[in-house]
Amino acid sequence: MSILVFLEQRPDDIHPMSWEAMAAGQQLSKELSVPLNAVLAGGGNAANTAAAKRLDGVFVLEAISRGAYSADGYCAALRAAIEKLSPTLVLFPHTYQVRDFGPNLAASLDRPFVSDAVGVRAEGGQLVFARQVYQGKLHADVVPAGDPPYFASLQSGAFRADRLEPAARPAPIEQIPVEIDVAQIRTRPEDPFQESKGEVDLSSAEIIVSVGRGIKEEENIALARDLAEAIGGELAASRPICDNGWLPLERQIGSSGQTVSPKLYLALGISGAIQHVVGMKGSKTIVAINHDPTAPIFEIADYGIAGDLFEVVPALTKALGSSDD
Amino acid sequence: MRIFVCVKQVPAGDSLLRVDGASGCVDDGDFSYEMNESDAYALEEALQLKEKHGGEVVAISAGPARAASTIREALAKGADRGVLIEDDNLAGADAFVTARALAAALRVEEFDLVLTGLQSDDAGFGQTGVVLAELLGLPHATLIVEVQAEDGKLRVKRELEAGWFQYIGMDPPALLTIQSGINKVRYATLLGIKKARNKPLTRHTPSELGIDLAPMQTVQRVYVPAKTKQTVMIEGSADEAAKQLIEKLKFEARVL
Repeated sequence: MSILVFLEQRPDDIHPMSWEAMAAGQQLSKELSVPLNAVLAGGGNAANTAAAKRLDGVFVLEAISRGAYSADGYCAALRAAIEKLSPTLVLFPHTYQVRDFGPNLAASLDRPFVSDAVGVRAEGGQLVFARQVYQGKLHADVVPAGDPPYFASLQSGAFRADRLEPAARPAPIEQIPVEIDVAQIRTRPEDPFQESKGEVDLSSAEIIVSVGRGIKEEENIALARDLAEAIGGELAASRPICDNGWLPLERQIGSSGQTVSPKLYLALGISGAIQHVVGMKGSKTIVAINHDPTAPIFEIADYGIAGDLFEVVPALTKALGSSDD
Repeated sequence: MRIFVCVKQVPAGDSLLRVDGASGCVDDGDFSYEMNESDAYALEEALQLKEKHGGEVVAISAGPARAASTIREALAKGADRGVLIEDDNLAGADAFVTARALAAALRVEEFDLVLTGLQSDDAGFGQTGVVLAELLGLPHATLIVEVQAEDGKLRVKRELEAGWFQYIGMDPPALLTIQSGINKVRYATLLGIKKARNKPLTRHTPSELGIDLAPMQTVQRVYVPAKTKQTVMIEGSADEAAKQLIEKLKFEARVL
C-alpha cells in the first residue's frame, strides 16, 4: 500500500494547492504507516522543492514537462506512473487542471474519482472521504467502490500547507520515462493569455480584504481599498459587487469565482451566503464586519464586529497606519 | 451540426435541506426541482450554435421519471427532441454511473458535439462530462466560456485560474463542459411551451441499454457540517473595536 500525490507544475513553480494535497498525503501516510510518493512534470527546481518535504520518493514525468498541458498527454503520463508505482490512493489538488484530466484518468482505469473532498480518513480498513454537497450546505461521507487505486482531489484550504513536514534528508528523485505519441493528443492548445491587466492570483495572497453588498455604493469601494493597502492585502469581493462591475471578475471569491485560504480574510459587509463562503471558509483567520449581528458570516468568523462598516473600516485603516512599528 | 446537451434535474436552490438522522439521507419530500444552472448555460450555447450553423439540438438526461419535466423545459426553450434514460436509481447516482447511462444512450446516436454543464448544484461532482468523454472516446475541454465552430473544426476558450484563458482547437465529435455565465440564458416563451408538448421524447431503460447501475462511490451518510469556530465578538466604539481587533490579530491569531 502506498500513497501518490500529484503536484501541479506551473511555468515557474508548483501550484500552491499541491502542497495542501501533500499535507493530506503526509497525514494519511503517517496514520497508516505507508510510503508517500509525489509525481510531477518536473522542470526548474520543482522536483528538488518537493524532495525537501517528508516523503519517500519524487517521480518526474519528463514527457509532460515539455510543451503545453493536454488532458490526453497528462492521462497517458500519469497512467505510466500509476503502473510503475501501483499506489493505493492518488491524491490531487482540486485545481482547474485536475478537474480537466483527473476524472478522465480515473475513468480510463475504470475507477471512480472522488472530487473536491474536504477530508479523508481511514476507517475500518477503507478510505472515507468527506465531500460538500448542496453547495456546501451539507457534507457527505463517501466511500469509493471497487479495488485500488482510489483517486481523489482535495478542496483548496481543506488541508494546510503550512503544516507540511520537511524531510530529514532529501528524498530520492527518479525519472519515469514515458513515450507520448503526438498523434495521441487530440486537442490543439494555444498559449494561455490574461484577459485584463493588473492580474492578481488571489489564491496565493496571505491577506484578503473582501467587500460585499454592504458597501452599498461603488465609490465606497475606496474604503476597502485603503484598508487593503494599510494591511498589505489584496482586494476581493463577493459576486454582486463584480456583477455590478464595481470590481473586476478576477477578484470574485466564491463558487463562481476563486477559492482562497489566506492567513487572514476580512469580510466587509458580506452576509455570508454559501456561494461566497465555499470560496473562503478555508481561511486561517476570518474577520467579519457587518451591521447585522445575525448575518451567517458570523457563524464562520473567528472575530466579529457587529457594527457600521463605514465607521469601523476607516478606524481600522487609521489604527493600522499609527500602529506601524 | 447535431448537438447533445446533458441536463440534470436538481433540487431548486431555495429547497429546505433536512437530514433524516436515522438514515443519514436528505429528506427530499418537499423538494421542487429545476434545471441545473450550468446545464442551462450549456443548453443556451447549443441553441445559439444551432441558430448560427443550423442542425439539431437534443436534450438528454439520466434520472427518475420526474426528470422528463426538465427535458420538456429544454424543448420549450428550443431543443428539437429529448432523450431520457429513466430509472429511480439514477436519482442521486454518482457521476460515473450517470456518465455510463448517458454514454449508452449516446452510442446509438450520431452527433458532432456533446455539451454538459460544469458541475451540478446538488452533488457537485464536476466530472460527469469528463468521464462521459472518456467512455465515448471523445476529446474534451472543460470550463468553456466561448465556442467557435468554423470549417468543421472547433476552437474553444477555456477558463484557467486567476484570470487566465486559453484557446484550444479540436475536431468534432467532441465534448465540452460549459462554465456558467458564458451567455445570457433565454426564457421559454408560451409558444415554445406549447410546441414542446409535441416534440419527441425518447425513453430508455438501463436494462434495455445494458447499463451497469452499480455505484462507483457510495454515500455513507449526509450530515450538517459541524460549526468549528467560536466567534469572538468585539464590542465598543469604532476606534476601540478597531484597536482591539488589531491587537487580537497580532498577538492572539498572529496573522499580522
